[in-house]
Amino acid sequence: MTATTGEPASVAARASDVWKVYGSGEAQVMALRGVSAEFERGRFTAIMGPSGSGKSTLMHCLAGLDTVTRGTVQVGETTVTGLGDAGLTKLRRDKVGFIFQQFNLLPTLTAKENILLPLSIAGRKPDPAWYDVVIETVGLRDRLDHRPAQLSGGQQQRVACARALVARPEVIFADEPTGNLDSRSGAEVLNFLRNSVREHGQTIVMVTHDPTAAAYADRVVFLADGQIVSELIEPTADTVLDTMKKLDTPAEVAR
Amino acid sequence: MFRATLKSLLARKVRLVLSGLAVVLGVMFVSGAFVLTDTLGRSFDSLFADAYAEVDVNVAAKPKLAVNEFEGEQLQTPFPASVVDTVRAVPGVAEATGTVVADGARLIGSNGKVVASFGPPQLGGNWVGEGDLVQLREGREPRADDEIVINKGLADAGRVAVGDRVGVLTLAPRKDFTIVGIFGYSGDRDSLGGVNEVMFTTPTAQQLMLGEPGAFNNIVVTAASGVSDESLRDAVAAAVGDDYVVKTGEQLSADAAAGLKEGLTFFNRILLGFAAVALLVGTFLILNTFSIIVAQRTRELALLRAVGASARQIIGSVVLEAIAIGLIASLFGLAAGIGIGALLAYLFSNLAGGMALAGIAVPASAVIGAFGVGLVITVLAALLPALRAARIPPIAAMQDVATPDRPLTKITIAGAVVTSVGAVLLFLGLGGHAGGNTLATILGGVLFAFIGVALLTPLISKPVVAALGAVFSGWVPGKLGRLNSGRNPRRTAITAAALMVGIALVTGITVILDSAKSSISGLVQDNVRAELVIAGAQSGPRPPSFDPAVLDQTKAIPGVRLVDGQYGDIALLGDQRTWVGAVTEPAAMRQVYGATPVAGDIDRLAAGQMMISSDAAESRGLSVGSTVPVQFARGEPQTYTVTGVYESSPILGPVIMPADAARNFSITQPIQAFIQLEPGARVADVLPRVEALLANSPEVSVADRDAFIEEQTGQLDSLLTMIQILLALAIVIAVLGIINTLALSVLERTRELGLLRAIGLRRSQTMGMITVEAVVISVFGALLGVAVGTGLGAAVVEALREEGINKLVLPWGQMGIFLGLAALIGVIAAVLPAIRAARINVLGAIAHD
Repeated sequence: MTATTGEPASVAARASDVWKVYGSGEAQVMALRGVSAEFERGRFTAIMGPSGSGKSTLMHCLAGLDTVTRGTVQVGETTVTGLGDAGLTKLRRDKVGFIFQQFNLLPTLTAKENILLPLSIAGRKPDPAWYDVVIETVGLRDRLDHRPAQLSGGQQQRVACARALVARPEVIFADEPTGNLDSRSGAEVLNFLRNSVREHGQTIVMVTHDPTAAAYADRVVFLADGQIVSELIEPTADTVLDTMKKLDTPAEVAR
Repeated sequence: MFRATLKSLLARKVRLVLSGLAVVLGVMFVSGAFVLTDTLGRSFDSLFADAYAEVDVNVAAKPKLAVNEFEGEQLQTPFPASVVDTVRAVPGVAEATGTVVADGARLIGSNGKVVASFGPPQLGGNWVGEGDLVQLREGREPRADDEIVINKGLADAGRVAVGDRVGVLTLAPRKDFTIVGIFGYSGDRDSLGGVNEVMFTTPTAQQLMLGEPGAFNNIVVTAASGVSDESLRDAVAAAVGDDYVVKTGEQLSADAAAGLKEGLTFFNRILLGFAAVALLVGTFLILNTFSIIVAQRTRELALLRAVGASARQIIGSVVLEAIAIGLIASLFGLAAGIGIGALLAYLFSNLAGGMALAGIAVPASAVIGAFGVGLVITVLAALLPALRAARIPPIAAMQDVATPDRPLTKITIAGAVVTSVGAVLLFLGLGGHAGGNTLATILGGVLFAFIGVALLTPLISKPVVAALGAVFSGWVPGKLGRLNSGRNPRRTAITAAALMVGIALVTGITVILDSAKSSISGLVQDNVRAELVIAGAQSGPRPPSFDPAVLDQTKAIPGVRLVDGQYGDIALLGDQRTWVGAVTEPAAMRQVYGATPVAGDIDRLAAGQMMISSDAAESRGLSVGSTVPVQFARGEPQTYTVTGVYESSPILGPVIMPADAARNFSITQPIQAFIQLEPGARVADVLPRVEALLANSPEVSVADRDAFIEEQTGQLDSLLTMIQILLALAIVIAVLGIINTLALSVLERTRELGLLRAIGLRRSQTMGMITVEAVVISVFGALLGVAVGTGLGAAVVEALREEGINKLVLPWGQMGIFLGLAALIGVIAAVLPAIRAARINVLGAIAHD
């Protein structure tokens, strides 16, 4: 099944007939079975699905963190499939940003240093105007000199978002970004992500199993059993929940 | 990136200190060695520059036989007084003074014992008056043949004063003199670098120090004004001819200092050797620390990779951390080394009778050595963990990537290969197949063996640790501790391997020295059929000697069947240097030493005849009837004929000559004698009578055979103690390693420890668990060390079989002590980590992320 919307020219990331198989023989697990999907530039897409549906695997493959068994993955103009370590490093530097469930900030660096880490790794200077915009949007100006331990979970995740945004990547991949947050902090982060799409044209692909979180997206792609089974444009929490319930009919779980 | 690395480094100060300490200790040895040798070297320079300041040009005859710093003082060949006149007649000479100066004037102090020297010579010479350097402090110059003046340092050491009647041993047996004056040196010094000086009248000095009336062995020349030292040297050299060595005062002092510095180089190498051991152990420690750090930072490193860091940047960040630790540790090591070097130099100068020390300076070699070694070692040790860090996939930032037990196949194969290389090198080196690089080959073999065994250790650790831990299996915390130590075989292995190195070296050396001791006493007991032995303990380069008249007097004592006095020196046989013995009683060869004749006659020797061992005969292509030109330390070359060949034996030297050859030895008196009694004669009857005969030969004493063996092997015991003290440092570093590993493991297992406490493990039980883990690791390391050390020691003993080390003695008691010590080390190393583990906040630990 193929999920397609928008013109192909403005695609930020694309998976074409992606298969992912772990292990071999008896222990063989098919995490993805021929997934094809496109993620348009300047839109906020959520990937949903029950546990073990392969949604995280799909994101890892799209981001070049994991290799695909068959098929190809593209990010912008770059074909990710087949890239070596140097190529993947360059991809992560220039085209891709990450937001993790566990925030993953370096405990020894201040918030500001954490935000600028990807740029300093790549040996680039931040665009001061854009940096200001990012700091303003995440609303952390008075917290920049604090270390992660001195920040609340929501603040830490906003630092992580700023870190992903500041390099203006082609796509930001967010892996359950609100999974470790209370609902208020979660809403803040999601608002912030949506705004960065609406106001600054950022592309975001978010994996989540929370219908409320998915409702912030422009579009939701549903995975089950390693395949794309459905999608919603302009979702609301209710429509997402309904679709999920339909999918929840006991299906064989791939992983 | 750079900043991220440094920040992460600073956030872990304890880790930095622990892993840095190992480097600090190693670097301290390296820089300390260089500071010490530099300071002493410059002290020698200024010492000799002072001593020869008044010498413009010095004339000496070419030595008959050149000796190096380790073989003793150079014997300077005497020449007739007419040479002094020849020199005096050279235009440009203001003054030429014939002097006598030779080693071997031993003053008997007020306690009846010879004033000992631990290195510096005991010079005897003729008094030529005061000068800028030498000034009488008390009394007057010697005028009669039984009058002497001595330096203040010697007077103090022997507790003698002006007016005392004292005995002096020289080439001749004891003679008594009256001290008429005591002199010192410019700058209020009591001695020059601990040298003792006894000054006689010129005729007495010529007789007693050179053995030739009317002869001198040195001419001190002062230049007329306006004549340069160099041109005068050339003029004098032309006048005296090729048989003489003519030097300016500057050359003389430079050459004299160079001789002593050669000795320092040797000392320097020993210190550097211990530094190498410390650094090898340190390498293991750093390798382990970095491996654990990388494992703990997996998530952090993966994150860096996810946000765009390249593999090279990750390697760079770990190496940068290593460089930072290396730099800081080298700096501290250098500072500590300067302190240690200064302290050792001070101790050395005190031992050498208060030599004036040149100011402590830090030579470039110390700085380069410190930073070079410190940095290279740290970075090298961090390289493997850095490569491992670079292989962490970025996806590890998002999920707990299970780190499966990597199979030990590769590391085991590598270990087997490296161990084999070590074994082959050892075989080549010890077997004498390595050509000129025997020492380097053996050391390389030991190094490879250590690394190889360290690589094999993870494999060995599983069963051994399980067996060791079985002791604790009845006790739950003990069982947990044992399981923890088996959890990461690599980590346990490297920690244990660090301890192994120190213990293996100590065990190996103990095996060798104990075997040597037992073999020597066995040899003497089996082969020497003498009830009494006259010998002395050697404290400096010069062996003790005694009055030859004692030999005949002993023979006249009722109950004595046979007395063999022995002399010894280095001589040139043909063109090869060799140790030559001379005996007063050739019949003792068979009757006392059990020699077996191979060819010719070994029961008698006439003048000009010698017997040689079968090995010497083979290697030099000599047989009965061969004639060989021999150059001794004194006199003209002589021709000796081989009249007998005996089976080589460890207790018999390669060449044995009749006693009359000894008059040309550098020491013309016997240095040992073996006394065989008539059957039925009692040792208790004879011994006191021989003792009485030795009253005027205080350097030696008579003892029964067992006491003689005890005395001979006693020196090995003090050598062993010294080596053990120095190697203790390597063990200290290994203990740091155990503390470090445990501390990091505790940190790593915070959550788990909290869980155990939450389900009811008491504080004391937690501490017990950590202690068991430490004890298991350290006892395992000690076991490995004892095993490897025994192997190395046994290999060396086997290689020395032909040198007479024919008994392998395993020091079981010592080994038991090492194992006990290791258990104790484990307990000590566990204290801090255990306290830390016990203090873990239960709630905080479970919530710990």
